[in-house]
Amino acid sequence: MANKEDILAGLAEIVNEETGLETEEVQLDKNFTDDLDIDSISMMTIVVNAEEKFDVKIPDEEVKNLKTVQDAVDFIANAS
Amino acid sequence: MSTVSLNQYNPTKGSRILSVGAFRPNRLVGNEELAGPIDSSDEWIQQRTGIVTRQRAEADISLYDMALGAGKQAIDRAGIKASDLDAIVVSTVTFPYPTGSAAALIAGELDITVPAYDISAACAGYCYGVAQADALVRSGMADKVLVIGAEKLSDFVDPTDRSISFLLGDGAGAVVLGAADEPGISKSNWGSKGQEWDMIRMTRSNLDMRDIIEEVERTGDATAITEPGSQGGIWPTLRQEGPSVFRWAVWEMAKVAKQTLADAGVEPEDLAAFIPHQANMRIIDEFAKQLKLPEHVAIGRDIADAGNTSAASIPMAMHRLLEERPELSGGLALQIGFGAGLVYGAQVVRLP
Repeated sequence: MANKEDILAGLAEIVNEETGLETEEVQLDKNFTDDLDIDSISMMTIVVNAEEKFDVKIPDEEVKNLKTVQDAVDFIANAS
Repeated sequence: MSTVSLNQYNPTKGSRILSVGAFRPNRLVGNEELAGPIDSSDEWIQQRTGIVTRQRAEADISLYDMALGAGKQAIDRAGIKASDLDAIVVSTVTFPYPTGSAAALIAGELDITVPAYDISAACAGYCYGVAQADALVRSGMADKVLVIGAEKLSDFVDPTDRSISFLLGDGAGAVVLGAADEPGISKSNWGSKGQEWDMIRMTRSNLDMRDIIEEVERTGDATAITEPGSQGGIWPTLRQEGPSVFRWAVWEMAKVAKQTLADAGVEPEDLAAFIPHQANMRIIDEFAKQLKLPEHVAIGRDIADAGNTSAASIPMAMHRLLEERPELSGGLALQIGFGAGLVYGAQVVRLP
């Protein structure tokens, strides 16, 4: 299982690359839509890049459950 | 038992696109006009789709009118007469009659009696048509084939739908394929993923619509047409699972595109143009990024002011690229269509 801190750091890099947001802004309690202003298409790009980076599968039907950064980190940690 | 050997067609070595035509309806529909019913804004639509305006046809311009207009232009530009054609293939999902076909109607108007049929492959339809025309020509069954992609999608939109309706435009594009000494159409990479049949769909079937009409006629109660869940009324309209379509259209289709290049024996550096289905500018941008195309490769971006025109979008974008950059003529283009089915089709073609 991957270390959650590493997952957060890796996820922050992916979000930064897609949106230009500073990596420090990507914190566990942030909501992707409401706090980070990430739309559904950017979210899918982030998901695909996270799949590649962490070698996990994140099905389409799971993406809508990933509301916060914490949700995504937990899912990746459990799936990897 | 007879020992007669049956006569066959004589295959030819290659086929190529001889010309491209287009018909663009002249009603420009800006984002402001569509934003209200979906509680949106020009900025929201542009940011998510890259669409500034879309072209839509007036009520008195039919799908048939647009298809015929594009087809006639392609015939003229090929320097041939309609009577030189050996087949007509029309790709559309918006011709309002399940039968007879739009292609037969067009053949009749052109006063020719060649094989004429429609195909239903949604946004991959033009590439499916090119695959078929290439096979018809190389097998020797035909010397010249008219392939038309035409859609009047504005007949099948729901103004309150936030998934796809605001992307859609109308139009037609057409090519004439003919025999050539050198191959001008690569191997077609085409297929389907019917497991995702619902990802892009109509809200109801014609039979569902009939049942609702019969219910209303029987009970005199019209609420079945407008009640919540009726998805914008009785008339079938389009819907899609946008994020899932985006994922499939970029990452799965990027694999198809790369395989198409490999099958053709072509490197990205060899391309003059990349002409994907004009689904959404975000898809086009991410797609191009995944393919790592060199800077010199021109990218079809007709969608910004034409909208998504399904089967018509690739030939319309090709037509525009060649109007704006005639020096691309003779170069190689990667074309790829993908859409409802799910279905996809791709080829490398030599531009007319």
